[in-house]
Amino acid sequence: MRTELQDISKRFGSVQANEKISLTFEPGRIYGLLGENGAGKSTLMKILSGFQPADSGRILLDGKVQRFASPADALAAGVGMLYQEPLDLPPFTVLENYLLGQAGGLLVRSPQVANHLRELGSRYGFKVNPEETIRNLSLGERQQLEMLRLLSGGAQLLILDEPTTGISAEQKALLFSSMFHLAEKEGKTLILVSHKLDEVQELCSQVFVLRKGVLVGGAELPCPNSTLVNLMFEQLPPRRERTKLAPGAPALELKNAVVRTPRLDLTPTDLQIGSGEVFGLAGLEGSGQELLLKACAGLLPLAEGRRLLAESDVTRLGYHATSKQGVRYIAAGRLEEGLVSGLTLTEHLALVTEEPAFLVDWQANRQKTQERIKHYQVVGTPESTIEQLSGGNQQRFLFGLLPDSLKLILMEHPTRGLDLRSTDWIWQQLNERRQAGTAVLFISADLDEIIERSDRIAVFSAGRMSRVVDASRTNVDELGHLIGGQT
Amino acid sequence: MKWQAWLERIWPSLPILAALALTSLLLLAFGTSPAVAFGAILEGVFSTPDRMLTALAFWIPLLLAAVGLLLTFQAGLWNIGIEGQIILGALGASWVALTFNFPAPVQISLEVLAGMAGGALWAGIAALLKRWGVHEIFGGLALNNIAIILTNFLIAGPWQPPEGGSFRGTVPFHEDALLPLVGATRFSLFSLVLAAVAFGLVVLALRNSAWGLRLKALGRNPRSAFLLGVSSNREALLAMMFCGALAGLGGAVRVLSWFDSLRQSISGGIGYLALMVVILAAFRLYLTPFVALFFAAVLTGSIVLQLRTQLHSSLGAILTGVMVLFVLLFGDFGRVRRLFKPRGDDHV
Repeated sequence: MRTELQDISKRFGSVQANEKISLTFEPGRIYGLLGENGAGKSTLMKILSGFQPADSGRILLDGKVQRFASPADALAAGVGMLYQEPLDLPPFTVLENYLLGQAGGLLVRSPQVANHLRELGSRYGFKVNPEETIRNLSLGERQQLEMLRLLSGGAQLLILDEPTTGISAEQKALLFSSMFHLAEKEGKTLILVSHKLDEVQELCSQVFVLRKGVLVGGAELPCPNSTLVNLMFEQLPPRRERTKLAPGAPALELKNAVVRTPRLDLTPTDLQIGSGEVFGLAGLEGSGQELLLKACAGLLPLAEGRRLLAESDVTRLGYHATSKQGVRYIAAGRLEEGLVSGLTLTEHLALVTEEPAFLVDWQANRQKTQERIKHYQVVGTPESTIEQLSGGNQQRFLFGLLPDSLKLILMEHPTRGLDLRSTDWIWQQLNERRQAGTAVLFISADLDEIIERSDRIAVFSAGRMSRVVDASRTNVDELGHLIGGQT
Repeated sequence: MKWQAWLERIWPSLPILAALALTSLLLLAFGTSPAVAFGAILEGVFSTPDRMLTALAFWIPLLLAAVGLLLTFQAGLWNIGIEGQIILGALGASWVALTFNFPAPVQISLEVLAGMAGGALWAGIAALLKRWGVHEIFGGLALNNIAIILTNFLIAGPWQPPEGGSFRGTVPFHEDALLPLVGATRFSLFSLVLAAVAFGLVVLALRNSAWGLRLKALGRNPRSAFLLGVSSNREALLAMMFCGALAGLGGAVRVLSWFDSLRQSISGGIGYLALMVVILAAFRLYLTPFVALFFAAVLTGSIVLQLRTQLHSSLGAILTGVMVLFVLLFGDFGRVRRLFKPRGDDHV
């Protein structure tokens, strides 16, 4: 199936997300779609997959004009999109979830469908257990199921949005081989939305680059990485050298801390982080590092042990009381945990004002918001609602909401889904904080990021924290062994 | 497209016209001329000043409850228990009226406060139940029933009139315990002042207060709101109790002016009506009083309808109910556009 986009434009409030973008995708090939965060990649792909309509422009499949009312509509026409977060139902079994997506008759023939599902999976090398419950699956496995659902729904064009974020190396290899199989053996079109140049180079035969909503160019691959980088960024962000700081007085201490949850227990953990120190936590998702971070924020209670902030005992303080002590927790899902859709930037700022007067001074808050927008280089206005901003701008604004003086910042995946420029900017912010004496404790799935940005590192495996290693004297290999539970 | 923008502007009035059309068809099916029926309703509201004041008297408790609901809806709460909160307000005011005998200003102030306290108490229980895992809809419905049973118990037991027998109400309250009324109507200026103050307070809370902003955040994303420092339990409790106090005030106005004693069905469904009012007003602050007034007019006007035609006065209730359904179906223009979007033309 040949796919054409003609003059697609889309505007969100004051932001022109896509401007007259025209692209053609031929069958049997893998395309890359590159761009910074907020470049308009996701917007364009959501339009192509029926998730949202364009303001103007046309979509043609094999020369026929299409009009999608919903993702289901698009899939019926042959366009399927794999989102970063799979659209499945965690309490369901694999089979139930699959059946739900099928247009079916009155009777459900479970055994046949289960077999069909297993066969379909084996064609791409996926091991499928139809009886397993979705919530017990890893992100990579859920992604595989979602792919099967789209393919059996008739997808000729498959869009993959940052598919390698948060999945294991093994699953990544499987994903890549299935993508090659789909393009070469089955003649499907694949579009990889990514900002990871290595992946794009490995998979794609052609790449298109968006910048600020406009198609700025393309290239046949392979080509030098620098060509792509030059297309993506007007100018390369200068890399800032981080200054080495001697850690100050203890900012956070855990003594024999134990956290218990139904899924995983954290074995007794001792941890000490000095003010001005950046401490990275590595490990496969769900190995306990998230529990530790939440416990430090007061979001999870300690079953045993003690938690100290600047040498005073805060073991019993909940999240809000902990926050008042100068601690902030920044979750990975910005619009789910952190920002409120439908509220404007000004309203967000007014909301986080400490000790607010009963009546809000909207004029003053608007002005303050304007200052933050300028200082944190957010693309948006005080009246923009937060969901109108791109992911990178939402992350910037989250930083704009932080109070001036903090003892500790706890962050999940500080730069997940962000491009080089935004990543650099985020770490520049964290470094400024760090020089002012704030301790930073963060989780990342990106080992390079952890090694490059941390002073010290600990690795989690099955609820147990490893020995603490010095970031300047470790490497990916050593961390890899620790992640695997070796010592 | 110009006509589309124009259509979008007049769209909100279409559900109301559609409801009128459907009700007209119903009337024709029953062999009555819609002109006569709607004429009778209009006559029931506007023909004499007394009738207009009657509509206003019905409007005030309804407005108080609806305005309170704006707060709970803002916080994302479905305060179905508002009916019980009105009843508890009536009970609180009745208790003061039957127990004490102060001079009118003191007596009435105490009754009003007791009414607000009763409503706030009932709402507070629903909020606490929610904290312990009972959804406010189920807790509210249960509390509504308990409030009705409690009323019947009080009328039949401790507050039974001395002559006994009647299961329908208490003795009429003494003169000083009742709100001063305008002429021979059931309308009290004092209650209008109370309602105006209540509306002003809610406008202030929702538009300009930090508390209103916290409720808005809570209603839209409780998880994010919590992480941004909003205490969901406390704010939900406060929103419920504020709403309950206004509903209780409405209940007090009901016993102290619309009636003169505590009756069996003291609220008569005003709480549920208030829910419909707020939905029909699309949760909009300044639209709510007008929609409530419209409801009050249609429902009080329908009494004349029964006199003029053979139809039961519940026609007014049917009309308003159908309107709410039409608004829920078609009120959102964007939704309708998606429903009827032509397929296959060359726009994406």
